Amino acid sequence: MWSYIVRRVGLLVPTLALVTVLVALLVRLLPGDAVEIIIGQYTPLTHGDREAVRRQLGLDKPWYEQYGEFVAGVFTGDWGTSLQSQQPIGRELARRLPVTFELGLLALLISIVVAVPVGVIAAIRQDRWLDYLMRGTAIVFIAVPAFWLGTLVVVLPNVWWGWAPPIHYESFFDDPLSNLYFMIIPAAILGLGLSGSVMRLTRTQMLEVLRQDYIRTAWAKGLRERVVILRHALRNALIPVTTLIGLQVPLLVGGTVVLETIFSVPGIGSYLVTAVNSRDYPVVQAVNLVVALAVVLSNLLVDVLYAYLDPRIRYA
Amino acid sequence: MSDTAIAVPGRVEVLPGPGPWLGALKGLWRFARRKPLGAAGLVIIVAMVVCAVFADNQLVTLFRRDDPLLAPYYYDDQDIANRLRPPSPSHLFGTDRLGRDMLSQVIYGARTSLLIGLSAVAISMGLATLVGTVSGYVGGRLDLLVQRLVDAWISFPAIVILLTGVQVAKEYAGPSPTTQSAAIVAVLGLVLAAGASRVIRGATLALKNNVFVEAARAVGASDMRIIFRHILPNVMPVVIVLATLQLGAAILAVGTIGFLGFGVPAPFPDWGRMLSTEGLLFMRAHPWLAVWPGLAIFLAVWGLNVLGDALRDVLDPRLRGL
Repeated sequence: MWSYIVRRVGLLVPTLALVTVLVALLVRLLPGDAVEIIIGQYTPLTHGDREAVRRQLGLDKPWYEQYGEFVAGVFTGDWGTSLQSQQPIGRELARRLPVTFELGLLALLISIVVAVPVGVIAAIRQDRWLDYLMRGTAIVFIAVPAFWLGTLVVVLPNVWWGWAPPIHYESFFDDPLSNLYFMIIPAAILGLGLSGSVMRLTRTQMLEVLRQDYIRTAWAKGLRERVVILRHALRNALIPVTTLIGLQVPLLVGGTVVLETIFSVPGIGSYLVTAVNSRDYPVVQAVNLVVALAVVLSNLLVDVLYAYLDPRIRYA
Repeated sequence: MSDTAIAVPGRVEVLPGPGPWLGALKGLWRFARRKPLGAAGLVIIVAMVVCAVFADNQLVTLFRRDDPLLAPYYYDDQDIANRLRPPSPSHLFGTDRLGRDMLSQVIYGARTSLLIGLSAVAISMGLATLVGTVSGYVGGRLDLLVQRLVDAWISFPAIVILLTGVQVAKEYAGPSPTTQSAAIVAVLGLVLAAGASRVIRGATLALKNNVFVEAARAVGASDMRIIFRHILPNVMPVVIVLATLQLGAAILAVGTIGFLGFGVPAPFPDWGRMLSTEGLLFMRAHPWLAVWPGLAIFLAVWGLNVLGDALRDVLDPRLRGL
């Protein structure tokens, strides 16, 4: 197991290095005159100011020094300064990351709680109307744009019953109930969107496993349906589903960008949208790096978990 | 097939086959019988293409802005006196805050979605096929290097890299709506290409150890020839299925960035922008504004997904569960 983890982490190093290169390239990719326009948004354009902000963006140094400082900053927690607020980005990220994390975790939980039982039932009732209904619904969930569903939730209940989703965020530790009331709607929309593919994979895997010999043996032993399905079949069927759930982290992050904007959740998704809108590139850079790191690390976690659950992987 | 003629001794009768049109129709009918859901998706996509092409007679009369055909009005026609009207016989989907006909905007929106989506998918599939087949076929260090780059690239969630990339590309594109749209196409193509190249590489890896590749090498075929004449035709089913699914993803992505306010710029009609947050205030009082564009995106994405699934089952059953 350990040698597998070491090999897997070794694969991670070049990926992480390339991620930082891509993110560091971002600001350098900006055309020179655009940099001046961006500066002009924040400070009146005298020559001295222009140089000052170019310095702030780090564009006055050679590229290798810029990259070196960027990587060093990542490790020392110095994530740069926001052009707009002139505040350190690291502090803002530390405030917003837990919010997005909570939203993502809730969404993931909702998607699993919905998708796994539905997938199992669809597999047991293969090619009956219940199966068709559930599969049809799953494809609908995958195709419904989250931003549309979010907009409808904001608009329609307001028209019908005069109800609108809450707009004031409370920290979970200050007021758990109102925090959950605030988070549950965006989390549910996000979770349902993810549940479609989880449900489909659970169903396919269950069908595969249910055809195996050891399941026939379990039936032949006279075990009850509940035991065969839950203890024998589902445990094995869920192994690939675990990886899929992990691989959905990028989708989850993408979804939080949209839903945080609609429901004014103060996480990193809405931070990104504001930053892109005001062309606050140091912030854009930092958010890109944070989410890419999150994705890379969750992929690592998934692979290790997979190897733990299915020993065949370790020796492949 | 000519080898049947060799294998079976005696007279080989060539039966008169159906004409190409009849054959295609029969093929479609078989597809619809086997995959009713996929056929429903195909109907939606055909309807979308018809809307895109015949919204007005611009494409028919070669790029001269002229009268609407399918759309009841030109998408930009403002009728301020009739602004924010609910659906009625003269405006089936109602009108927006500038008195523009919602139905016409939805119909014209199909044109923008397809144009942007198809161009982005063309870039993505071209790039992905090139990178995927070469990386998979050559293998070794090149493959290792390319795959780490792909790893890094797909670590950025699509919406995040799309927002960022589109904004940076727009700094280059300047204020022109056409070049800004081109910037969106380019970035979207790049974003979609990475994941697709992974799948095509996988298919190439599976193919390259086949006997027919070995046979081609044995008779002295060059690597280029093997890639183009033997690998490429065999990964085409994968490419077709991927392209269908990616078109859905592209339309959804363009809708999403349009909704967030970074999408296809005015004056081009865009489903995402119709839903964008700036219109939220009006939607609260006039909910039909929120319904139609979202429904259009949903139907397009749903149609392409079920069509892609059905194509996958028909063209290449090995890809199930992809």
